[in-house]
Amino acid sequence: MYLTAGNGLLVIILGLPVLAGIAGTILPAFGYLPALGGFRPTMAHLAELAGQPHLLRSVLVALAAGLITTFAALAIVGTFIAGFAGTPIFARVHHLVSPLLAVPHAAAAFALAFLIAPSGLLLRLVSPELTGFTRPPDWLLPNDPLALSMIAGLVTKEVPFLFLVTLAGLPQLPLRRARHLMAALGYGRLSGFLISLWPTLYRQVRLPVFAVLVYSVSVVDVAMILGPQLPATLPVRIAHWAADQDLRMRFLASAGALLQLFVVFVAIGAWLVLERLGKLALTFLTRAGTRMRRDILPRAVSGLAMAGCAAIIFSGLGALFIWSVAGLWPFPKALPGTITAKIWLRTLPQISEPLLTTVALALSASALALVIAISLLHRNGRGGNAASYKLLYLPLIVPEISFVFGLQILAISIGFTPAFPSVLAVHLLFVLPYALLSLSAPWREFDPRFEQIAAGLGKMPLRVLLTIRLPLLFRACLTAFAVGFSVSVSLYLPTLLIGAGRLTTITTEAVALSAGGDRRVIGVYALVQAALPFLAFLVASVAPQLLFRNRRAMRM
Amino acid sequence: MQAVDDPMPLTLADVTIRLAERTLLSVSATVMPGEVLTVMGPSGSGKSTLLAFAGGFLDPAFRASGRILIGDRDLTEVAANERRAGILFQDPLLFPHLSVGGNIVFAIPQTVKGHKMRRQLAEQALEQVGLAGFFDRDPETLSGGQKARVALQRTLVSGPRYLLLDEPFSKLDTALRQQTRALVFSKAKAAGVPIILVTHDGADAEAAGGRVIEIGSETEA
Amino acid sequence: MIGRARQFITAAMLALGFAGEAAAIDVNDWNSVVAEARGQTVYFNAWGGAENINAYIKWAGDEMKARYGVSVVHVKLEDTAKAVATVVAEKTAGKDHDGAVDLIWINGENFAAMKREDLLLSPDWATKLPNWAYVDHENKPTVLTDFTIATEGLESPWGGAKLVFFYDSARTPSGELPDSAAELLEWAKANPGRFSYPQPPDFIGTSFLKQVLTELIDDKTKLQKPVDEASFAADVAPLFVYLDKLTPLLWRKGKAYPQNYPDMKQKFADGELDIIFAFNPAEASAAIANGELPNSVRSFVFSGGTLGNTHFVAIPYNASAKAGALLFANFLLSPEAQLRKQDPKIWGDPTVLSLAKLPAAERQAFEALDLGAATLGPDQLGPALDEPHPDWMTRIEAEWTRRYGAAN
Repeated sequence: MYLTAGNGLLVIILGLPVLAGIAGTILPAFGYLPALGGFRPTMAHLAELAGQPHLLRSVLVALAAGLITTFAALAIVGTFIAGFAGTPIFARVHHLVSPLLAVPHAAAAFALAFLIAPSGLLLRLVSPELTGFTRPPDWLLPNDPLALSMIAGLVTKEVPFLFLVTLAGLPQLPLRRARHLMAALGYGRLSGFLISLWPTLYRQVRLPVFAVLVYSVSVVDVAMILGPQLPATLPVRIAHWAADQDLRMRFLASAGALLQLFVVFVAIGAWLVLERLGKLALTFLTRAGTRMRRDILPRAVSGLAMAGCAAIIFSGLGALFIWSVAGLWPFPKALPGTITAKIWLRTLPQISEPLLTTVALALSASALALVIAISLLHRNGRGGNAASYKLLYLPLIVPEISFVFGLQILAISIGFTPAFPSVLAVHLLFVLPYALLSLSAPWREFDPRFEQIAAGLGKMPLRVLLTIRLPLLFRACLTAFAVGFSVSVSLYLPTLLIGAGRLTTITTEAVALSAGGDRRVIGVYALVQAALPFLAFLVASVAPQLLFRNRRAMRM
Repeated sequence: MQAVDDPMPLTLADVTIRLAERTLLSVSATVMPGEVLTVMGPSGSGKSTLLAFAGGFLDPAFRASGRILIGDRDLTEVAANERRAGILFQDPLLFPHLSVGGNIVFAIPQTVKGHKMRRQLAEQALEQVGLAGFFDRDPETLSGGQKARVALQRTLVSGPRYLLLDEPFSKLDTALRQQTRALVFSKAKAAGVPIILVTHDGADAEAAGGRVIEIGSETEA
Repeated sequence: MIGRARQFITAAMLALGFAGEAAAIDVNDWNSVVAEARGQTVYFNAWGGAENINAYIKWAGDEMKARYGVSVVHVKLEDTAKAVATVVAEKTAGKDHDGAVDLIWINGENFAAMKREDLLLSPDWATKLPNWAYVDHENKPTVLTDFTIATEGLESPWGGAKLVFFYDSARTPSGELPDSAAELLEWAKANPGRFSYPQPPDFIGTSFLKQVLTELIDDKTKLQKPVDEASFAADVAPLFVYLDKLTPLLWRKGKAYPQNYPDMKQKFADGELDIIFAFNPAEASAAIANGELPNSVRSFVFSGGTLGNTHFVAIPYNASAKAGALLFANFLLSPEAQLRKQDPKIWGDPTVLSLAKLPAAERQAFEALDLGAATLGPDQLGPALDEPHPDWMTRIEAEWTRRYGAAN
């Protein structure tokens, strides 16, 4: 099936800004930035980059942390789904983990830091009784040089994301049948699932996995809060260069952004090798007929890890909340001496306007993205020609830091005044891929016979779409909407740069404040920020239950 | 039932379906109203693709030549939703978001106006297959046999020009299979439209009682 | 048809920001500035990391609205360089009018960069503001020289800054406090792991390096000029000998650093650090009032002097609301606004005005301000050391990163 001209145009309109943004980054990397007197192509900035102290270590730590994060998150999610899908525990953990997706990365990172720091909540709870500490110990935590706390922070956030996108594809699998079959053949739950269903499931979540990989390799905010500092990971250093007072550092930042692009390619290459190895291992497992009947240990570990992610983030959010109402709270007291609503009272009036902007942006961006995603998928037909709109995934596979600066120059030069529509447009650029990513797997796996029957009953394609496919994919659509909503809510750099700071959202406010480090104010903003996507996901999970309360097959 | 047009014979004229370089099947036949043409073949022989071709939803991976006509009218290039081919698959595939009655109402042609009228028709259709009072039920709560009967009625109320049956009984247990088979054939023949049945079960062919075309490599060899 | 087309073109030009550009504003004709400002919206790009400062800016904005009909929107930045980046991007794109930034809270390197790249409204407007008459440019040389760069009226002073150290008198006896960088090293030997500084290139962290360099360099006048390549290594050698000794005695043995001042303050509150420092002498009092620090916290300075500077507001060359920005800059300089700013319960930022130049009532109000027990009076702040030329900052940051940028 070929793309219609309309779809091609859409792809160009949406893909072009990304490519232009990359160009806007690559050109300065080679010395072209007229505003700063850069007219001649030169390798000097790349050479300067190469001469940066400890650059290799920054690169390797970012690369390794990204790969380990992705592998660990996927292993936990895969093992858990294999071990528990269709059991009551599964549903319970599902409800526990889903809200985590709503928690912005920065807030989750703060949550973890508030727990594990030497002056954090965990140590306060047991000090001085068990530890004898009356002052916080001099431990290098978080920000450890091996980036373990950063990896932990990232895993707690990526696990829920991968879990939910995997879940969206799960109903299309013949889960029960495969389970019975493999059990009858004497396979353990894990190996049975791995052999019969995992390859199909993995194919569905492959792009999200790559998005996780790219994100983890390129992350800035979480790395700033939890990552190593001496030296910081490459993306953090680029961010510092880009924000350096010396404007000539923009060239170095652009060169760094180009290197980051390369690092991401390496990460993807490494992952492709890992995929190949995984496939070989699975083939071997299948041929050997390994039954692995005693798989209780890995199953238990994955279950605990899933619950652990929830426990960490929830108790961390609890800590954020306590800080938001704390008066003076010296170590080692487990609770603040005084509780006050002062911070909330002072902050809430200031929050209302950015809150409104945030919600309006997120609602319109995700609604628009959902409509575009549906029409793209619909017009490209069953099975679709995924390659034709792969361009849309560029914002996910290109590290954000590598193209937003160029995008800003582009936005201004085509006369985008910083206002709601232009910020909405750039939000759409980031939201659409996630919405499409979230929706395309269930869309593809949809049983075509439903539509064939409806067509046979004489229904027009549009009517079939509206009355059969969309209602049956209602949950997937809502999930895509909620994913888009939370992406929009958490967008920082694009909002700031394209909105020129004039359009403030909860997130730009929160990050601006996080530079100020007042834990109590961070607490307020992080909680409000987390509440928004949380509400969206709540709607996405409750609405189908309510709407289809009399339709058993529609409730998972 | 809603006989929108007078029943007309269905003609498969030199239909050949290929996948890559391999020819899956070649069929030429005319099926009279009320007649059942059974296409038999082992799984993988491509017999379902014949139905996909007839229904207008052949996967683009396959290449088909030949024509399909209803009476004198050539349907080959006609969109699936304008062919009005009633289809029954192995699974009943009731729309899970609609009630049992909703499934039937959805199928009633739009020419039948009025909410009340449509509901009445649907209730009648359910009654005819012993499912009176099932209108508001969740399809998921029905037994396999009940679902199969709803699926049959859903197809028939739409006033199809011809019926395509894709092993519709293969998932039912033996007792139920005979019962459902008898019901389907009697009602389908009563509707007086041409019927193509594909199956690998000889008993189906026997019950259908019409011509049998065997396809697939074993029989061709 | 033609009428329709003209309408369309006008609308398009308005949308693109070509139309409506008024003639150049004359600062000397203040009434016309006030008149032109009415109805404008000033986008004030200022660091938004402290709630008390944000609240102060909100107050100032509300006053502007009430008095002059000028709306002020505080664009809260995490880093001032972001606003500079916006102006750079606009210049790149040829957007020489109707820029997104009207006023920037700025000093030091950012100012030097914007001045160097011609990104500022010029010529001299700051000394033409009516309230410039109160500014203490005679006794506060940093009002005219921002990190050795002459301001030339391209930025208007807003507040003063002086490096001040804080300690908790409940934990650290005042008799043990260091009185110089050298003594601080001794103190760190006796109290390992209880001192640190924000990781350069953080502004406050680099300021600590500059403080040490100023104390240890053989000839302080070298710092007022750009770096001399020939003698640079020798000039900064004492600083890095010092840091080599200090680093293993730092918090986390120098393998990690606080990220910025508020982070350092939090670690002080948690009891991880015993001595911290800030550029705002009233910061400790404000933090006590805010419940962030215990009320046993006190301040001290080095008797040999600590760094002092001034922070400013500046207007980009392509600002949309230049008149409004001028009016707002003038309001920020008014005795009323400056008094409120110096109140530790509000913000506690030292004034740039000369009390001697003020009318009697305003002077008394300033003198009556309770600066709080943790704040040193103006006479206790000790001598102010000049900020080095921005060049030094860049170079020692780079050198610091090379030497200490990778732990173990």
